[in-house]
Amino acid sequence: MPEPLLSIRDLVVEFSTEDGIVQAVDGISYDLYPGETLGIVGESGSGKSVSTMSLLGLIPQPPGKVVRGEAFYKGKDILKVSKKELRHIRGNEIALIFQDPMTSLNPVLKIGAQIGEAIKTHHPDEKDDRIKERGIQLLRIVGVPNPDRRYEQYPHEFSGGMRQRAMIAMSIANSPSVLIADEPTTALDVTIQAQILQVLKKAQDETHAATILITHDLGLIAELADRVIVMYAGKIVELGDVHTIFESPRHPYTVGLMDSLPKLNVEEDWLRPIPGQPPSLISRPPGCPFHPRCFLSQGRVRCREEEPPLRPIAGTAHLTACHFAEELEGHTGPLVESVGAGV
Amino acid sequence: MTDQPRVHDPKVPSSLALGPEIDHEPAGGAHTISRALPGDSSELLYEYGLEIEARSQWGYARKRFFRHRLALASVIVLAGIFGCGILANYIAPYSYKEIPYISIAGTSVIDTSQILAKPSRHHLFGTDSAGRDTFSRTLYGIRTSARVGIFVGLLSTLIGTIIGGLAGFYGGWIDNLLMRMTDLFLTLPLLAVLLTAAKFLNSSTPTTLAVLIACLIWTGIARIVRGVFLSLREKEYVEAARAAGAGDFRIMLRHMVPNSIGPIVVAATLTIGTAISLEATLSFLGFGIRPPTPALGALLDEGQEAGLDKWWLVTYPGLLIVAIILCINFIGDGLRDALDPTQRRVRA
Repeated sequence: MPEPLLSIRDLVVEFSTEDGIVQAVDGISYDLYPGETLGIVGESGSGKSVSTMSLLGLIPQPPGKVVRGEAFYKGKDILKVSKKELRHIRGNEIALIFQDPMTSLNPVLKIGAQIGEAIKTHHPDEKDDRIKERGIQLLRIVGVPNPDRRYEQYPHEFSGGMRQRAMIAMSIANSPSVLIADEPTTALDVTIQAQILQVLKKAQDETHAATILITHDLGLIAELADRVIVMYAGKIVELGDVHTIFESPRHPYTVGLMDSLPKLNVEEDWLRPIPGQPPSLISRPPGCPFHPRCFLSQGRVRCREEEPPLRPIAGTAHLTACHFAEELEGHTGPLVESVGAGV
Repeated sequence: MTDQPRVHDPKVPSSLALGPEIDHEPAGGAHTISRALPGDSSELLYEYGLEIEARSQWGYARKRFFRHRLALASVIVLAGIFGCGILANYIAPYSYKEIPYISIAGTSVIDTSQILAKPSRHHLFGTDSAGRDTFSRTLYGIRTSARVGIFVGLLSTLIGTIIGGLAGFYGGWIDNLLMRMTDLFLTLPLLAVLLTAAKFLNSSTPTTLAVLIACLIWTGIARIVRGVFLSLREKEYVEAARAAGAGDFRIMLRHMVPNSIGPIVVAATLTIGTAISLEATLSFLGFGIRPPTPALGALLDEGQEAGLDKWWLVTYPGLLIVAIILCINFIGDGLRDALDPTQRRVRA
């Protein structure tokens, strides 16, 4: 394994609310290696966005707060650098692609001005015509037709898919080494989603950036990710490469997620959801956070009382946080190819 | 632009522009991706979709404003009035301090027949108690009042935007501090403070008076800007700008001020009206602009001292003050409808 680009260790993020303290991210650790795509999946509120946004200081503070943890990027703990240094990292070394392209572009500024600004922020001495040249080139990379004309247009003259392309162009403007895509296709039509996936792949090829892909869309993960993190209630419950996770999931939550997918090859009247609700992050259940909904737990005392650590399965790089993961031996999930978006 | 001539010609109807070889986005699906992706730029000969003539946001605003008849008429009237004021030294038949002398037996004495003369062919608005031409003085008065009003409008907008913007952007204790300060200014009895301050300042040139007024009436704009900034702060494009590494001031100036320009312009316009009426009030009470510099309020004051039977002295400046302020308010309404369609009272 090469040296990780980004190492996160024991990250804890809390939000203080009127009802008490919410532990949105509860002690997660993972590494991101150069050039790979790491998918983070989980339900809404599982802490997948917060865990990455907090790295860049982009959670509202207060009420949010990084309580503990380290995040080493190129040897520096970016949770402890000064605001100025962090600003230099944002958009330059680590760039974000936002979920909703309809609201993430400033309506009163031309697309070109916004891409140009992304460059100018980090290269204040760059000449204007050079910036424009680069901006148009970026639009061409992400597949915006007529880039020189589109460069001079306003966001309202762009369709949703074109806007997301422009957003991706902005995020790769400074050739970042880490690209964080926070649900990059959620706000788009299904037909456009497939196109944006292509563009994302293209953007990765162009910048050789390691990508963190945050989504609740398993199809997207199957399509793009090399490794997958499954999060539940602010914790990592399973981590492994994409084929392992899909084909032999070793955490009952992941199994539940896979089972809840509609299958094309089986005739079904009903989808199979995971029973119950995600736990309140203010009053977590003791023991394993998933045990009230778990089909393996079945009232076992160990699940209720002892929190399962994230442990490797049989010495492999496949990690799970379940006491009884071995009981899932032989359980097979869908093939990656059958889940992928088919692009 | 030579490689896509057809699509760029707005005169070509869209049905003609879309040749059979051009498929558009919804129908394209995965097929269009490969064609739209870069590398094969020869494929990028067309633009997706139908051609609609692009109209800028200002274009829309201008159209909505022109639809507002009253506002449009007000612009014309106000431009006429202010134009006369600005061009006073070309239009006015007399100087604003010119006292008519005639020569009797070798000595020059004031022409008493010209004192408090009724409106006539020679003196359109009559003359005042010193025999000066009221029409000329009114024109110069417009100039003074307009100057004060516009200067106050600019300065109070600047102060209000800075204070309201900082409060709305940072929130927390900064917001609390700045807004309590704003509240304090709002509780001050405006006229009393203005009168006292004007008295202390002693010499009231139009500029000092404008600064004084601006320092007291920025509060409305500050509150508006704070409100707008509070909501803009949560916009995703602000978050996106931050994620791109933009600093606080860049975010405020590049992203938030341009997005709040509508409410700011409306408020600034209405402030000009307020400022002109305040200046008139002060001058009328004798604390504003001092003679011989004519200002509309000061003319009213001189007029009422001369006695109300000299109706021409108060009527014309008074009507002008009313007309100016009405026009400004109508323009403000029109601008609000044009720039801030969400606040429109009547759907157009």
